[in-house]
Amino acid sequence: MHASSQEHQQPPIALYFKVWGLLFVLSTMSYLVDYFQLHGLLRWSLILAFMALKAGLIVAVFMHMAWERLALIYAILLPPLLLAVLIGLMFSEASWVHQMRSFYFK
Amino acid sequence: MTASSTTGSSAPGWRGLVEDWAADQQAFQVPWGKAMMWIFLLSDTFVFSCFLTGYMAVRNSTTVPWPNPSEVFSLQIAGQPVPLLLIAIMTFVLISSSGTMAMAVNCAYRRQRGAAAALMLATALLGATFVGMQAFEWTKLIHEGVRPWANPMGAAQFGACFFMITGFHGLHVSAGVIYLAVVARRVQQGRYEHGPGGPNYQIVEIAGLYWHFVDLVWVFIFALFYLW
Repeated sequence: MHASSQEHQQPPIALYFKVWGLLFVLSTMSYLVDYFQLHGLLRWSLILAFMALKAGLIVAVFMHMAWERLALIYAILLPPLLLAVLIGLMFSEASWVHQMRSFYFK
Repeated sequence: MTASSTTGSSAPGWRGLVEDWAADQQAFQVPWGKAMMWIFLLSDTFVFSCFLTGYMAVRNSTTVPWPNPSEVFSLQIAGQPVPLLLIAIMTFVLISSSGTMAMAVNCAYRRQRGAAAALMLATALLGATFVGMQAFEWTKLIHEGVRPWANPMGAAQFGACFFMITGFHGLHVSAGVIYLAVVARRVQQGRYEHGPGGPNYQIVEIAGLYWHFVDLVWVFIFALFYLW
């Protein structure tokens, strides 16, 4: 709880530079996916992979999650998993609405 | 931090209620401000996820073709359209601001007040640049006839998603710029040198959490809205 106990956990500044550079590279690569007009499964998987890597780096290093205790990590990172339910429900709902619209309005 | 009793208080009425809720057992071994910021960011995660899920729902359910973001957000450079150029620059600006913010937190814990304040101001300036470019982008699209209810390029839901998602994110960036500017000024004035428990620069890390979250949300918007 003391300010001093926080200071010892500070990661070396070189690590920040590495992550900074890595985020630049990953952003450039996801931009190139669009620039070269990749399509289909390759495009989606690359976009999602670069997105996940960038998000992971930001949360783990820049937001110091990698140096936190498990109690905090689980309290913050587990609840968003519930969103998978929302996304699943909305995806099937949207597909259904799309089918109905294609059937009745076209 | 000093008044944390683990057994609670027997005070009656409102005072007792406040003490029971404020001085309960401690689950997180971090300063309360940091825990609260994380919980706020968790709630914000759900807000932005609802926006992005809503965007997915309307995009998947419309039978009208979705406008191609690669073309909508291209800029003319020497007569040639470059896809997503402004968005790419915005992305790099925001990532750089995250980098300077991480350095500011590091400097603050080393008690290098001047460097920490300067880096925070640099972060705020990069954030303001980002908002400026977003304003430019909004102006361009509005001139091209994009509205929340209609647009000349395709599915009407495109405008609603665009203005809602980027507008809410831009609002977060703007709030972060003000927040960082205020904290940077206080750091420079030395306000955090003389706390009750000695120098305490946790506020810089807490402000940094908010700022990195803004960058984190942009990672998802960039991938799911602009690149998809």
